[in-house]
Amino acid sequence: MTPRQRRWIFLVAGAGLVAFYLWGLLGLPGFGRYPGPYGPAILRVVVAQTNATGVVSAINFDYRGFDTVGEEFILFVAAAGVATVLRRLRGERDRPAVDEAADRDVPDTSSAVRMVALLSVGPVVLAGWWLASHAQTNPSGGFQGGVMLATAFVLIYLSGEFLVFKRFSPVDLTDVVEAVGAAGFAAIGVSAVAMGLPYLKNYLPLGQVPGAVSSSGTIALISFFVGIEVAAAFILIVGELLDQTLLIRRYSSGRGG
Amino acid sequence: MNGLAVQTPYTVPVGMMDALQITLLVLVAAGATAVVLIRAPVRQVLMLSTYGVLLAVLFLAFQAPDVTLSELTVGAVLLPAVLLLTLAKVRKKEQ
Repeated sequence: MTPRQRRWIFLVAGAGLVAFYLWGLLGLPGFGRYPGPYGPAILRVVVAQTNATGVVSAINFDYRGFDTVGEEFILFVAAAGVATVLRRLRGERDRPAVDEAADRDVPDTSSAVRMVALLSVGPVVLAGWWLASHAQTNPSGGFQGGVMLATAFVLIYLSGEFLVFKRFSPVDLTDVVEAVGAAGFAAIGVSAVAMGLPYLKNYLPLGQVPGAVSSSGTIALISFFVGIEVAAAFILIVGELLDQTLLIRRYSSGRGG
Repeated sequence: MNGLAVQTPYTVPVGMMDALQITLLVLVAAGATAVVLIRAPVRQVLMLSTYGVLLAVLFLAFQAPDVTLSELTVGAVLLPAVLLLTLAKVRKKEQ
C-alpha cells in the first residue's frame, strides 16, 4: 500500500468518525440536564432506606453492590496477574542493583525529602483510614482510602530504604490481607443468601442517625473490606515493581542486566 | 448554565462557576495534548501526573468529589509511580 492510498483511507475513515461524533453530540442532553429517572429516584429514597449520607457509597456498596463485587475482583485478578508475571523466573536471582552508569552524578536523597516523606506517613495513614471508614457519611470510600493507605508505604520507601518498605509490607501478609478483603466483600453477600435474602442484601441494623459512622449496615462494613483489599493490592503491585527494579537480576549477564 | 444557583452554605455565583468549569476544561484539553506531544518518557510521565491533578480538580468543579479522590490517588500518584519504576527497569536493561 502506498502512502497515498493510506492517506485516502485515513481521510475517509476520519471524515466518517467526525460525522458520527457530531451526530452523537447533537443527541446529547443539555449541559447539566440529566434526563434519566434513576438519579432523582435514588436521591429521594437513599437516606431513608440506608441511613447513609454518602450517597455514592450507598449506590456502590448497596444498590449496585453486585457491580462493585465484580470491580473488586478485577483489581484482585490484576494484582495476582502482576505478581505472576513479575515472579522470579528460572535464571533470575535476587541481587542488589549495581550502579550501571557510575559516571552519572546521582545525588543522595536529600534529608528534606526524607523528612517530609517520613512526616507525611502518619497523616496519610490517618487520612486513608478515615476515608475507608467513612464511606457511609461523605464522598469517601474504601477504594480511595485504600489507595491512600498504599501510598503511605510508598512514602516509607521514599523516606528510607527499600528494605524498610519490604519489612513493613511482607508479601505473605499483603497476600493474606488482600485475600481477606476480597473474600470479605463476597462473604457479606453470601451470608445474606444463607439467611434467605438476596445476594448483598443490606441486612445489618442501619443505626438511628443518618450519616453517623455506625449507621448504614453493610455499607460501612463492605467499604472497610474494600479498603484493605485495595491497599494490599496496590502495595503488592508497587512492591513487585520495586523488586523488579532494585533486586532481580539475570544470572548470565556479567554485571547484571 | 441551567439558570439555577449552586446550593451550598455559601453562595457561588453561577457565572463564576461556569468560568471555572470552562477554564478547567481548557486546561485539561491542553494537558492531555501535552501528554501526547511530549516524547521523552520521563517528562511524559511527569506531565501525565500533572494532567491527573488537573483532571481531579475538574471533577471537583463538576461536583464529583469521590471521583476526585480516586483520580488524585490513582492518576496523579500511583500510575506515574508504576510507569517510572517500569522506565527505571527498562533503562537498566538497555545499558
